Amino acid sequence: MNKSVTASAGKRGDKIRSDCYIEITKNNSGGIKLTLNSKVKTMYGTQIEDQIFEMCRFFNLRHANILVEDYGALPFTISARFELAIKRLDPKITCEYLPVFNKANSYKTTKDKFRRSRLYLPGNEPKFYPNAGLHKPDGIILDLEDSVAPTEKDAAQLIIRNALRAINFYGAERMVRINQLPKGLDDLEFIVPHNVHVILIPKVESAEQIIELENKVEDLKKKHKIKNDIYFMPIIESAKGVMNAYHIANASKYNCALTIGLEDYTADLGTQRTVEEKESFMARSTIVAAAKAVGIQPIDTVFSDVNDMEGLRKSTLEIKSLGFEGKGCIHPRQIKVIHEAFAPTNEEIEKAKTIVLAFDEAKQKGIGVVALGSKMIDAPVVKRAERTIKLAVQNNLLEQNWKLN
Amino acid sequence: MKLVKNAAGRFVPTSVNGEKQVPFKGVNKHKPIGNKVSPKISSCIDFPSDGNKVVKNLREALKKAGLKNGMTISTHHHLRNGDVVTNMLFDTIKSMGIKNIRWFPSASFPCHEHLIKYLDDGTIHHIEGSMNGPLGRYTTKGKMKGTGVLRSHGGRYQSIQDGEVKVDIAVIAAPTADPFGNATGDRGPSACGLLGFALADSQYADKVIVVTDNLIPFPCIPWQIQGNNVDHVVQVKSLGDPSKIVSGTTEVTKSPDRLLIAEYIAQFVEDAGILKDGFSFQAGAGGTTLAFALFLKEKMKAKGIKARFVRGGSTKYLVEMLEEGLTDYILDGQTFDLEGVRSMRENANHVNTSPFTSYNFHGKGNFASMLDTVVLGATEVDINFNANVVSHSDGYFASRNWRLAKLFIFKMYYSCNPII
Repeated sequence: MNKSVTASAGKRGDKIRSDCYIEITKNNSGGIKLTLNSKVKTMYGTQIEDQIFEMCRFFNLRHANILVEDYGALPFTISARFELAIKRLDPKITCEYLPVFNKANSYKTTKDKFRRSRLYLPGNEPKFYPNAGLHKPDGIILDLEDSVAPTEKDAAQLIIRNALRAINFYGAERMVRINQLPKGLDDLEFIVPHNVHVILIPKVESAEQIIELENKVEDLKKKHKIKNDIYFMPIIESAKGVMNAYHIANASKYNCALTIGLEDYTADLGTQRTVEEKESFMARSTIVAAAKAVGIQPIDTVFSDVNDMEGLRKSTLEIKSLGFEGKGCIHPRQIKVIHEAFAPTNEEIEKAKTIVLAFDEAKQKGIGVVALGSKMIDAPVVKRAERTIKLAVQNNLLEQNWKLN
Repeated sequence: MKLVKNAAGRFVPTSVNGEKQVPFKGVNKHKPIGNKVSPKISSCIDFPSDGNKVVKNLREALKKAGLKNGMTISTHHHLRNGDVVTNMLFDTIKSMGIKNIRWFPSASFPCHEHLIKYLDDGTIHHIEGSMNGPLGRYTTKGKMKGTGVLRSHGGRYQSIQDGEVKVDIAVIAAPTADPFGNATGDRGPSACGLLGFALADSQYADKVIVVTDNLIPFPCIPWQIQGNNVDHVVQVKSLGDPSKIVSGTTEVTKSPDRLLIAEYIAQFVEDAGILKDGFSFQAGAGGTTLAFALFLKEKMKAKGIKARFVRGGSTKYLVEMLEEGLTDYILDGQTFDLEGVRSMRENANHVNTSPFTSYNFHGKGNFASMLDTVVLGATEVDINFNANVVSHSDGYFASRNWRLAKLFIFKMYYSCNPII
């Protein structure tokens, strides 16, 4: 008698789209019996079947009944679901079926890149991935933490790994939020080899956690021969974290930004978020000071009412005045509002232009020290002015070749 | 079936349902000469001098109209998915034992799934007009006894006036009518806005039956369908489900991807230099095109310009533009929500039109070619601007081609008239 074992992965149901459900029942004989139900069978049935058979060969699966219920899943999703089903069937399997790395995704990032907006995408929802970059956020965060059900963490790891390889992010910084440490350390092998730019670390409370993470990342970089820098963005979400903010910010040279999660922070305080946000004022200002003290970017939490664009605009202007340089998004429509709020004012642009021109002139004359009127201008001031100019150009407030006019 | 290669390189039949067809000859190559058809001469002798054309019921009206096997019966789609009249009509035809009807609707909806049993049993021989939703699947699967023929909205008008399709009996569901047959869609418990798609049927059909659930004393003012063209009036309890006839409100899409598309379109219109004082545009009632209209409105306000006219399908968003002075007129083709219906009733600058004005290629010009910009959906578009608005990518007739049919007209009439 045949001994059968069954495992499944993915999602099924009327409301599912851009995803699939795969069920594998392993047999001792009979070959591969594939049943494919797909609303796009007319167009893509053959490709899906080919992909499944190829994966069977890859994982050396010879005798099985395979059910694929497809709701318009892209190949990177189908392969993630299939790989998960296989690995749930036999947890001893360690080899990875990696999608071809999309050449459009080989770009790198820099420590001081603009991080005005970062768009959170739930880790186990591949339907949001292909178009996210079209909304032009500064960064896209594939989330393994709060948006993923505890039972689906393994599913999200594979989806995110495949997405990092296959999905075009259209130039957005490629970020992943891992799980709370130490569990989050297990997520690293799914992202470090696949050109992740920034790792967001939730609920950080001490510098030691960052150091432990850095060590693991360094090990993996060596193992996979990764040369480029991978940056960290610790998320402070507790009273203890706020009190340790400076040490956390200073814990690694790879920290590029420090951010705050206010839902958990206010819960930790035993209070609630209000519109006035008085309860988080001290925490926010502490984050800003800690980040600025070590020369990295302070980034604010998300704005959770996706229908209140005016509230978002006000909130962004408010936190900009506190010193923050970016804000989280949970909906693509928030991106533009945030970018507009972070755009420099005319006054700021004019001042920046004067500084940059004075600096250029001093350079031409070979003068080491730049003065504007009676004020000395040092390097950080020039750098800040240059960023203001860059932002102004990005927001169409200034011509690219403004110096010529 | 004899097939010939048309100018688009496709093999097409020269005869469909026993009627001769003209294969596509190339853009602007088909220009028939001759006269339009005209309806039979009627005489007042045959109509009551008190103007009361009300008959007992639909069965009686069909009997008086001389219903026979093989006739062409037309209906309009202004009651959309709330329509019960068409279903009632074919229940009646079936009960009279009549067979082989050519049903000639201006569009069909999921509510017309009811008619599949009449396609199965031969009461309806084939559909000529549009086949969407369940009827689209039925047609695509090849189950229809005859061959389904797709007509665009303007092409439908043209086919009637040119005599390609002779309508024997037009059954016009009218939300308000008087006993003489004057009728309007802009009021009454089943108000749907305008009845423009029934205009050609009322002008050219041999017999015209108006069915209403809101019979008012003569005269029905203003009338959209003229009673002098009407043979019989039938009063029924209800034309259908008002909530499915017009939306309470049409809604802008919430999908960020669709909003982005809409924003790009508005940006394109601005960058293309079309957005000038006195310009004109048409946008449908789909979530994306509605969003386009809103983005366009912001740009118009920012630039301080207004449109001379907007071509409807009207919605509350176009009505707001009219009432805020951002356009002089709405030239309406069909009314999609209650605000549109109210505006049509109350605002003289919200004007009824019919496919004759805009999409009929055999006329002395058309509004469609005069529009500065039109935004319409398509299920597939290629990089040479060919668009598919007829079927889904899997080959099934699209569920919403009644709405998409307008784009089809543009393609069809500017490149290949008629399509076969």
